[in-house]
Amino acid sequence: MSVDIDTVKRVAHLARIKVTDDEAGKMTGELNTILAFVEQLDEVDVEGVEPMTSVVKQEMKKRQDTVTDGGYPDKVTGNAPASDDNFFMVPKVVE
Amino acid sequence: MTELTKLTLAEARDRLAAREISASELTNAYLSAIEAANPSINAYVAVTPERAREMAARSDEKLARGEGGALEGIPLGIKDLFATEGVHTQACSHILDGFKPPYESTVTANLWADGAVMLGKLNMDEFAMGSSNETSHYGNVVNPWRRAGSNEALVPGGSSGGSAAAVAASLCLGATATDTGGSIRQPAALTGTVGMKPTYGRCSRWGVVAFASSLDQAGPITRTLRDNAIMMRSMASSDPKDTTSVDMAVPDYEAAIGRSVKGLKIGIPAEYRVDGVPEEVDALWARGIEWLKAAGAEIVEISLPHTKYALPAYYIVAPAEASSNLARYDGVRYGLRVPGEDIADMYENTRAAGFGTEVKRRVLIGTYVLSAGYYDAYYLRAQKVRTLIKRDFDLAFEAGVDAILTPATPDAAFAPGAFSGDPVQMYLNDIFTVTVNMAGLPGLAVPAGLNRDGLPLGLQLIGRPFDEETLYTLGHVIEEAAGRFEPAKWW
Repeated sequence: MSVDIDTVKRVAHLARIKVTDDEAGKMTGELNTILAFVEQLDEVDVEGVEPMTSVVKQEMKKRQDTVTDGGYPDKVTGNAPASDDNFFMVPKVVE
Repeated sequence: MTELTKLTLAEARDRLAAREISASELTNAYLSAIEAANPSINAYVAVTPERAREMAARSDEKLARGEGGALEGIPLGIKDLFATEGVHTQACSHILDGFKPPYESTVTANLWADGAVMLGKLNMDEFAMGSSNETSHYGNVVNPWRRAGSNEALVPGGSSGGSAAAVAASLCLGATATDTGGSIRQPAALTGTVGMKPTYGRCSRWGVVAFASSLDQAGPITRTLRDNAIMMRSMASSDPKDTTSVDMAVPDYEAAIGRSVKGLKIGIPAEYRVDGVPEEVDALWARGIEWLKAAGAEIVEISLPHTKYALPAYYIVAPAEASSNLARYDGVRYGLRVPGEDIADMYENTRAAGFGTEVKRRVLIGTYVLSAGYYDAYYLRAQKVRTLIKRDFDLAFEAGVDAILTPATPDAAFAPGAFSGDPVQMYLNDIFTVTVNMAGLPGLAVPAGLNRDGLPLGLQLIGRPFDEETLYTLGHVIEEAAGRFEPAKWW
């Protein structure tokens, strides 16, 4: 399988990365090189093989569903590029 | 002062405990060494001298009371991927501009609890994506090693290039690193240092910036095997904050050093003899086999038939997980924000400006292989191949193999730009290391010799799950036989 420039632009939009036509063109070639490289997996017989879900045999740990942390909104928003009154500020999303 | 930085971690620990040296003078010696070397090596992206001196002073008080921890007064460098409270933590990416976490990663918290001193944050490939430390927002790291008779700069490997270079140039006693496809072992091999990627689940991933969550593991890079074992014990823990962290006691890895290897069965996988690898690498591997045999280990030929599929499967699984993990960098909660016409435009502008080329490439590949209609063909197939890769190892271990010996890398350090035109050629650097991540096993890179240009080459030992101890035992045999390697100081 290979991708064309329109597919690259569509995928870039899905990934929320703005690309110029020039960049998309360059990435198309690079992505196709990688996709050609991973194509060798088609040789492998995976009939009846379970997909890997965990490399370590361990039951997923569970914890009590209780509040153990928090109560410091100033710390939570402390790194935000824009915040006000412990809210994250973003461009207007509702009219 | 240079003499102090020549001590190994174990020697420094013993002399600190005996009060022959102080943590403060040791820390100051390292801070001076960093000041002198960093303009040439670029291993540190942030030095924290005040915090280092405070921590060292506290260590001196503890040592005076005889209450020192396992790493009391030992100055360490921390890869920029680990969250350190109030200190530069950006995964060497532009998108995390100015980020200072209000929390501490479990691994670094363990180190400080044992008395270690933080010197600063170390350079790395952006979001740990790279094999040469050329993708960092903070510029390339320069390998302290050069070819004999040459002034040409070489890469230190990656992604933990800053960690490996800082250890090799004696700019810290040990460094934290992380390994998703070879990012501890490949730079260790390229700088003549010791690097351990422990079993998946041995070190907590809490507070470590995520790249590919099912593959990422933290581990130490040090100058000697013993130093590595000491640091490993402090980094490892069982952590309720990471559901994949295992509930197993942490062994005394240092005690494994010097144990007999008599009767241990060492597997030599035929599939690791690949075309295009220089003869010297094969010769080094053969020497390693002889060293282990001479020490009493039994050598057996084994087959790991799915080896060649590990790298292509990795380049589906890792980008897929990365595209999901890196979705959080949206210009809202931390780091860079580039304004746009509306919120979606702001996201797109921020991510376009904040991510470097390699990161974008992997996020796009990951988004593509997870997109509707392609999931089964790519991601599901790759995860099935991963099951087969792990089964290869399981069968070898079930047949009685205690550890596997392979080369660590296909070649020695190379020049920056050597693989710039072709991402797949760069990816091939991880051909011997990536299988270990896919199967979640422990892997240790040990310096084993120099090539004809005088550059270090390493061997890799792969172990059973959670049997890091046997790797330290075997690694020490190689270290004893090969000796230690230090770069000639030019900086």
